[in-house]
Amino acid sequence: MENTASIFGTGEARVRSMNARKFALWLFIISVTMVFASLTSAYIVKKSEGNWLIIEFPELFNITSVLIVISSISMHFSYLAARRDNLLNIRLGLVITGLLAIGFVVGQYFAWDKLVEQDVYFVGNPAGSFIYVFTGLHVLHLAGGLIFLFVVLFKAYTYKVHSRNLLSIEMCTTYWHFLGGLWLYLYIFLIANN
Amino acid sequence: MSVADIQITEVGHDDHHDDHHDQGFVSKYIFSTDHKTIAKQFLITGIFWAIVGGGLSLIFRLQLGYPDMDLNWLRPIMGDWITAAGKLDTEFYLGLVTMHGTIMVFFVLTAGLSGTFSNFLIPLQIGARDMASGFLNMLSYWFFFLSSVVMFVSLFIETGPASSGWTVYPPLSALPQAMAGSGLGMTLWLISMALFIASTLLGGINYVTTVINLRTEGMTFTRLPLTIWAFFITAVIGILSFPVLLSCALLLIFDRSFGTSFYLSEIFIGGEALPNMGGSPILFQHLFWFLGHPEVYIVILPALGITSEIISTNSRKPIFGYKAMILSMLAIAFLSFIVWAHHMFVSGMNPFLGSIFTLLTLIIAVPSAVKAFNYITTLWRGNIVFTTGMLFSIGLVSFFISGGLTGLFLGNSALDINLHDTYFVVAHFHLVMGSAAFFGLLAGVYHWFPKMFGRMMDEKLGRLHFWLTFIGVYLVFFPLHYIGIAGFPRRYYSFTSFETFSGFADLNTFVTIAAVVTFAAQFIFLFNFFYSIFGGRKAPANPWKSNTLEWTTPRVPQHGNWPGAIPKVYRWAYDYSKPGAPDDFIPQTIPLSHTPESNLPHEGELAKEEGVESPKKEKDKVE
Ligand code: HEM
Ligand SMILES: [Cu+2]
Repeated sequence: MENTASIFGTGEARVRSMNARKFALWLFIISVTMVFASLTSAYIVKKSEGNWLIIEFPELFNITSVLIVISSISMHFSYLAARRDNLLNIRLGLVITGLLAIGFVVGQYFAWDKLVEQDVYFVGNPAGSFIYVFTGLHVLHLAGGLIFLFVVLFKAYTYKVHSRNLLSIEMCTTYWHFLGGLWLYLYIFLIANN
Repeated sequence: MSVADIQITEVGHDDHHDDHHDQGFVSKYIFSTDHKTIAKQFLITGIFWAIVGGGLSLIFRLQLGYPDMDLNWLRPIMGDWITAAGKLDTEFYLGLVTMHGTIMVFFVLTAGLSGTFSNFLIPLQIGARDMASGFLNMLSYWFFFLSSVVMFVSLFIETGPASSGWTVYPPLSALPQAMAGSGLGMTLWLISMALFIASTLLGGINYVTTVINLRTEGMTFTRLPLTIWAFFITAVIGILSFPVLLSCALLLIFDRSFGTSFYLSEIFIGGEALPNMGGSPILFQHLFWFLGHPEVYIVILPALGITSEIISTNSRKPIFGYKAMILSMLAIAFLSFIVWAHHMFVSGMNPFLGSIFTLLTLIIAVPSAVKAFNYITTLWRGNIVFTTGMLFSIGLVSFFISGGLTGLFLGNSALDINLHDTYFVVAHFHLVMGSAAFFGLLAGVYHWFPKMFGRMMDEKLGRLHFWLTFIGVYLVFFPLHYIGIAGFPRRYYSFTSFETFSGFADLNTFVTIAAVVTFAAQFIFLFNFFYSIFGGRKAPANPWKSNTLEWTTPRVPQHGNWPGAIPKVYRWAYDYSKPGAPDDFIPQTIPLSHTPESNLPHEGELAKEEGVESPKKEKDKVE
């Protein structure tokens, strides 16, 4: 890679230097935010038109919320470990995060079960369908985050994550906090609008 | 893995630039990550779609202009869509209208326009080797390509393409039993649009990242050409609005394929009640137009950016109100998100809400007018050079004004009760959006063709093309105002059974003739374009005597754009006819300290801080 620099000439400092990948990740996060912002707005619009169901949310959502918050903490723990070159703790943090995330997904699945027990189905009154769409889409994005997490974990095992190579774990952490925040937003939104 | 491990810290180290100067055919022309090649791919695909989209419109124009015509001669291409009696199938008429709208709005004027010029000009005008991520850029094109293939295939399936209009309102689009086109055709439409959205987002994220992070030294935001500002703001609007179309489409997919009721409630088909309860088709309109209105600015802003650049260059004058142009684009971007309900005035919305949206809508006319005035004042007393690109840019300004004026009528919720869904709306948006953006696209092609292909297009043919198209567009779309005020609704197959409309039959025939002639005139362009790629006169390095950076590259820029170091930028892009200067243009790469004769007082101060050593040495570098 280094030799390309000479071909393109050197010493061309740019006006602003922010990492392009990190920046692009933020733009991606913004567009995902727009998806959920529009869906929750749709929820409000639909609800205000009446013909709506009041739904009791499964207790399980409380537990999964706790799980995802803890996973954010462990993710951050892993990131801090990377900054301090504590290779063992990087892996530990990532593995815990991954396990918690899987726990979260399983929890969401059982929460769907609970909804079905209450006769709230995906197909039916939009009040119920929306819950499935919110949770389902969120889990889909979380699945993307999990893949990212595994990539970083793999890198951690091949000694490619350390204090001078933070980019991937930094980006993963950013996305992970976003996923956690997104879930809390959705859950609080649902509670507040019920 | 090694690629991902590299941190980008300096421009020269951009990791996607592992350059293979002897790239193979596939990596050079097909799966290329070079922004210039990708731009050309977008352009060629866009041209292809423009021919298809325009051709479809001719077919339904024939039906409107000559309702009694025997269309059997179209059978070889259209098969059973021409009935045994030689008539256009009524449902296929709707399919044609829908496909025409979808293709033109999304494939030609969004992908074809932004895809071509954002890709081509952003790196060249900000002084970058390439886009922030060549790979994502390539992906963006191929998503668009896939999306195109799916949409194209949908034209040929037995049940016909999607037919519920480019706005695909449910319940028509949600219920396969509602019309033939709402079956497989609609499914393909949704798949295609999902791919298209992915393509637009990948492209947009790349454009924004590139503009913010990869500008060359000295290229501050207030020195950016207005083209770049326009592409940048367009991309931001896209990043914010296309995800909303995605959610809109997603809920429609759920309604269609899984039986949910987001948009459906209490519907009877053939006397039977459907099980769907609790949904609302109005919800769809809100979600759709939250994208839909910003989308019209996604279409027009790049065209306006291109126009700013071309008009300033060819008036040999600085653009009038550079900062005002930027501010009005920012205002338009912001306002475009809060006017969507002007498309829904007659959807039964609260009249009070209607008046709020009327107010907001009329406010957006202000920045639009600022832009129009600035074009005129730039032209005013300029040394105008009437290149073909310039002619098309002026044509754009004309359409933008004449079409924008009718927006003021439509924006009034009371007037709109009469005008909504009539040909008046069709006239409005074909002028202000369709024709204006199309002219922006053509202007851009004529202006940057020398940089794209290293050759000149023929100016005589270009002028002929311009005049035929310019007059043709007015002949086609102006009469539609009258037809609309007379009450003709859009998307009707035939008007022959309405006594009141019989007086307009001749006018409709006239419009059809004008449309055929205008369409035919486009073949002049096609010939000129493809012929000049191979046989055009070789282009000089800076044929229009322009200031922007792309003209400092070699005649045909290679991978990496500049053979040596990336040029630095010392001034804005609009130093045309500066008092005191020997030439009537000063490229952005000329340091202020080399032009003491023309510097303004504050520029004299800036010149001292430039740190450029000997003027002579620097000059060698520039040339
Ligand atoms: C002066 C500013 C403008 C105002 C006040 C305005 C107002 C309106 C209104 C109220 C409608 C809805 C009419 C109806 O359906 O009954 C409309 C339709 C439309 N406008 Fe504009 N407009 C303006 C500028 C533009 C621009 C700049 C573009 C595109 C570049 C544009 C593109 C469209 C399109 C595509 C439609 C029709 C959409 C459809 O129903 O298929 N307008 N405009
Ligand atoms: Cu609008």
